[in-house]
Amino acid sequence: MRRGQATSGAAPLQGTHDIPHSAFRNPQSRRSGASPWQDAFRRLRRNGPAMLGLGILTAFVLAAVLAPWIAPYPFDRTNLRYGARPPSPTHLLGTDELGRDLFTRILYGARISFAVGILATLVSLTIGVAYGSIAGSAGGRADHLMMRVVDILYGLPFMFFVIILMVIFGRNILNLFVALGAVQWLTMARIVRGQVLSLKAREFVLSALAIGVSPARLLVRHVLPNALGPIVVYATLTVPAVMLEEAFLSFLGLGVQPPMASWGSLASEGSAAMESYPWLILFPGLALTVTLLALNFLGDGLRDALDPQMTAAR
Amino acid sequence: MRGRKPLAAFAILGLIFAASPSAAQEQVFRINNMVEPESLDPGVVTGVPEHRILSNLFEGLTTTDPKDLSPRPGMAASWSVSKDGLVYTFKLRNARWTDGKPVTAHDFVYAWERVLNPKSGAKYAQQLFYLKNGEDYNRGRITDFSQVGVKALDDQTLRATLRCPTAYFLDLTSFYTLYPIPRWAIEAHGKDWVKPGKIVTNGPFRLASWVPQKELILEKSPQHWDAARVKLQKVVFMPTEDVNTAYKQFLAGESDWVPQVPPAQIDAARSRPEFYVTPYLGTYYFRFNVTKPPTNDVRVRKALSLAVDRESLTKFVTKAGEIPTSTFVPAGMRGYEGVRGLGFDVAAARKLLAEAGYPEGKGFPRLELLYNTNELHRVVTQAVQQMWKDHLGIQVDLVNVEWKVYLSRQSGMDYQLSRAGWIGDYVDPNTFLDMWVTGGGNNQTGWSNKRYDDLITRAACKIVNVKDRMRALQEAEQILVAEEAPIMPLFTYVNKGMLSRRVKGWSPNILDQHPLKYVNLER
Amino acid sequence: MLGYILRRLAGFLPVLFVIVSLSFFMMRLAPGGPFDQERALPEQVRANIEARYHLDEPLWRQYLRYLGEVAQGDLGPSFRYPDRSVNELLGLGFPVSLTLGLCALTVALALGGTAGILAGLRRNSVLDYLTMSVALGGVSVPNFVLGPILMLVFALGLHWLPVAGWGTWRHLILPSVTLGTFYAAYVARLTRAGMLEVIGQDFIRTARAKGLREATVVLRHALPGAILPVITYLGPASAAILTGSVVVETIFSIPGIGRYFVGGALNRDYTMVLGTVVFFSVLLLFFNLIVDILYAYLDPRVQVR
Repeated sequence: MRRGQATSGAAPLQGTHDIPHSAFRNPQSRRSGASPWQDAFRRLRRNGPAMLGLGILTAFVLAAVLAPWIAPYPFDRTNLRYGARPPSPTHLLGTDELGRDLFTRILYGARISFAVGILATLVSLTIGVAYGSIAGSAGGRADHLMMRVVDILYGLPFMFFVIILMVIFGRNILNLFVALGAVQWLTMARIVRGQVLSLKAREFVLSALAIGVSPARLLVRHVLPNALGPIVVYATLTVPAVMLEEAFLSFLGLGVQPPMASWGSLASEGSAAMESYPWLILFPGLALTVTLLALNFLGDGLRDALDPQMTAAR
Repeated sequence: MRGRKPLAAFAILGLIFAASPSAAQEQVFRINNMVEPESLDPGVVTGVPEHRILSNLFEGLTTTDPKDLSPRPGMAASWSVSKDGLVYTFKLRNARWTDGKPVTAHDFVYAWERVLNPKSGAKYAQQLFYLKNGEDYNRGRITDFSQVGVKALDDQTLRATLRCPTAYFLDLTSFYTLYPIPRWAIEAHGKDWVKPGKIVTNGPFRLASWVPQKELILEKSPQHWDAARVKLQKVVFMPTEDVNTAYKQFLAGESDWVPQVPPAQIDAARSRPEFYVTPYLGTYYFRFNVTKPPTNDVRVRKALSLAVDRESLTKFVTKAGEIPTSTFVPAGMRGYEGVRGLGFDVAAARKLLAEAGYPEGKGFPRLELLYNTNELHRVVTQAVQQMWKDHLGIQVDLVNVEWKVYLSRQSGMDYQLSRAGWIGDYVDPNTFLDMWVTGGGNNQTGWSNKRYDDLITRAACKIVNVKDRMRALQEAEQILVAEEAPIMPLFTYVNKGMLSRRVKGWSPNILDQHPLKYVNLER
Repeated sequence: MLGYILRRLAGFLPVLFVIVSLSFFMMRLAPGGPFDQERALPEQVRANIEARYHLDEPLWRQYLRYLGEVAQGDLGPSFRYPDRSVNELLGLGFPVSLTLGLCALTVALALGGTAGILAGLRRNSVLDYLTMSVALGGVSVPNFVLGPILMLVFALGLHWLPVAGWGTWRHLILPSVTLGTFYAAYVARLTRAGMLEVIGQDFIRTARAKGLREATVVLRHALPGAILPVITYLGPASAAILTGSVVVETIFSIPGIGRYFVGGALNRDYTMVLGTVVFFSVLLLFFNLIVDILYAYLDPRVQVR
């Protein structure tokens, strides 16, 4: 599971043997005058699906943040006599088997799903960036060894380790972040290392080293900001992968704790009631799918925007 | 609850088309057994799915009546019991193993020794602790098996000597742990002896094939003494674990019996003629940890129990016809009248909570309710959580862990409240009550009551009169559910499942046991 | 080449050692043991069982014992299925998982490849947007939702296929599609990207200028270059398909290895969990090796070190 989903959406970036081209390595984009970020943003704005994705995501995240204020009911308020009712004016998306308002559940589920997606991605980012930049800047045998380790780890059934981790440490939401993030960092490490390697040979880095800037400072202040493009792209594509993995864990009964719910757990509960109460799978499933679509559109758009070379080649 | 019409077209389609089962072969009964059997060795297994297979593959001294589960002759054609109820003498019939060898009393002695032998590590050894010195032999306190209360007087005669008069011993002899076992097959093949081609059995069916996680097939055994009665030619056991899939397989006509229905499908299932629901010999309840505050206060325990509306719980949440109960022993035990527990009474609950120092729930510490991952527990605990919030104004947090964590936290007393279920082993109140004695392995609440222990011990061995014994057990249950309340019973389980209407000779009963030699299929 | 393969194979050993050790101790950290059950076992009975499986020994000795056994290729007895060894169960489950995995991979490549080529050739057309949206949709539907939907439609609704089980080709279709769809979507995106990159290159223009038929240009000249990223993805994909089959095997009641792993982890069947992890790791290491070799063969630019 791990590898397919980690690479899901990210593979064009991730090819084992080639590191993505980036605007920042491409001298032509520098010559155009505007900063590469402004350039990229302009290109992104022209990309319809990506902007749509961005809009949807903004709306969903806002809804998640504001859930306590917009939700029409408390999220754990049961009403046994009003269990499993189809959508109606009082309950826009219907109720679940305990009579809780599904719209409210989905709003609160968004908080968990986004939190898992974002925090696990941050965990993977931190590990991946640290590992990749150390390998890249160290170079030589250390680099070779560190990358061998990554190659090897790639070959492991990582979802299995996530399951074992969840079994050991219990279904705590914090564990979810860490466990999922910890298995997502490999590709990130590769990307960052590739970027660092190519930047190392660039003039501004060489001259900075010449005037005595410490390598660590150089890494943080100059190299990493320049490698940000691919990192951001990959991060957008990691979020949906993590959200799907959370859903997978929920299906196995290792996801978040009731009465809390994530979209994944709502969908997995709903899929059990599919024939009798189709709205219980329809709406959480739709929320999950639309979000994943939006994230993928945005990720693709970002990739195109930050990588004009590929676009030009087409 | 009516009028909840499925919305999606595919759901309706599914239900319409599912009504026509595909043409199955004649007299082939396909059962969804829900899980892969852990073993086919009667001395090793402990589960219900294994029982469904083994009770047809082997036969004990007695068998069970398909309707009322009373003991009927099996390998034993007849038996006699001594006056003091301690010595049972079984006269075996002329029966044969599938390899043609006669079934003898020695096969039983061998099997029982094997279960009790500490080296074999049999999990259900306690089923034979009823024998004189059985427990001591299992604990290694005695090493001479001839001191244990079982003896083959000759090939056809078996004598069992018990520790205490045990009213339900003849029920136990129909249970798989006490089945005879072919010594020569085990000695020839080791642990492989249970595999197709090697296994030797004495029941109405024999093993035709077994592919783990795929299917296990039994076929009629021509050697069985009662073969004339057996109508089924073949029985297929499918180990479908996902209850939703199993239910769909039934609807598609791929199986004839599925012994579970997914909670979310109960409403739809109830409207179908194949749906059945019968009371089960089991109680769904919550345990209190009586060693920790606030549940060490009996008033708090009673208040929590009194504040749960069990009628609503079974009507709106479990929905299959579970019987709300405030007592632990399910109704319907021969000769047992039952007691009154703590019913739904919000006023009394609030009063008790106030007396305990928490008026209106103020200042009540946060409580945790532990439960294991399961669709039913998920909804039941959330519903009860809401009731406590509404009626007592207290917040109880739910802690959901997976099965093994749940077990280890419960047995380690690392919980405050925990959901639990208990299924009786035999039809006698003792199977529900003797577990609550001080330090009992299944007590796990920390609760201890001298009077209760005395009553249970006396009922177990000292009282010979049936009525007096039942009265003692009743008094004990009164302490358990009404006076001390280390547990709060919620409802009596039901068996709920789907049975093809072609199936005849299948009687619903309290243990959900259905000997297949009485079953046939209508064309 | 042979030297390279040998070196890679030798590199497997330390990796496996780390995996075995890590999983061994991780599994023992999990609360609860293989013989905890609803009805507590009498203490003596429990002690008897644990002695039988050497669980009463100090952990380090159990660990050494296990290492010794694994080194000889013996994955030990299953705690949950006492009649059977882990080797035996994996041996029974592997062909099943492999069949399912190959079928799913075929579905993924056939569907995804076709869609990707078409979309790549008609860039920015309605067809392109449509295929790619469907592909993205495929990536976004969890398989535990897709599986039951397919069952409802094709088994319960149309009666074309069985709901679940194993044995005939008809049993294979729904699970393969459920498992393959996710990867089909993914392969489609990769193929499209590959096509886009190749189609603009000189040798394709030359081929077209020579007046070759479009089909020949696409299949003979463009495709081999375009599927390189797909080949790279095959390694991770086969890994993912094998482990991803956990859910599909459960839903469709398929007697594969995935079910043993989850069942083993939840039941603390230590040897079973370790056995599946070791088995999968070996498998995945081999897959990646094969993919690397394949890649070197297809892409002359890559030199095997």
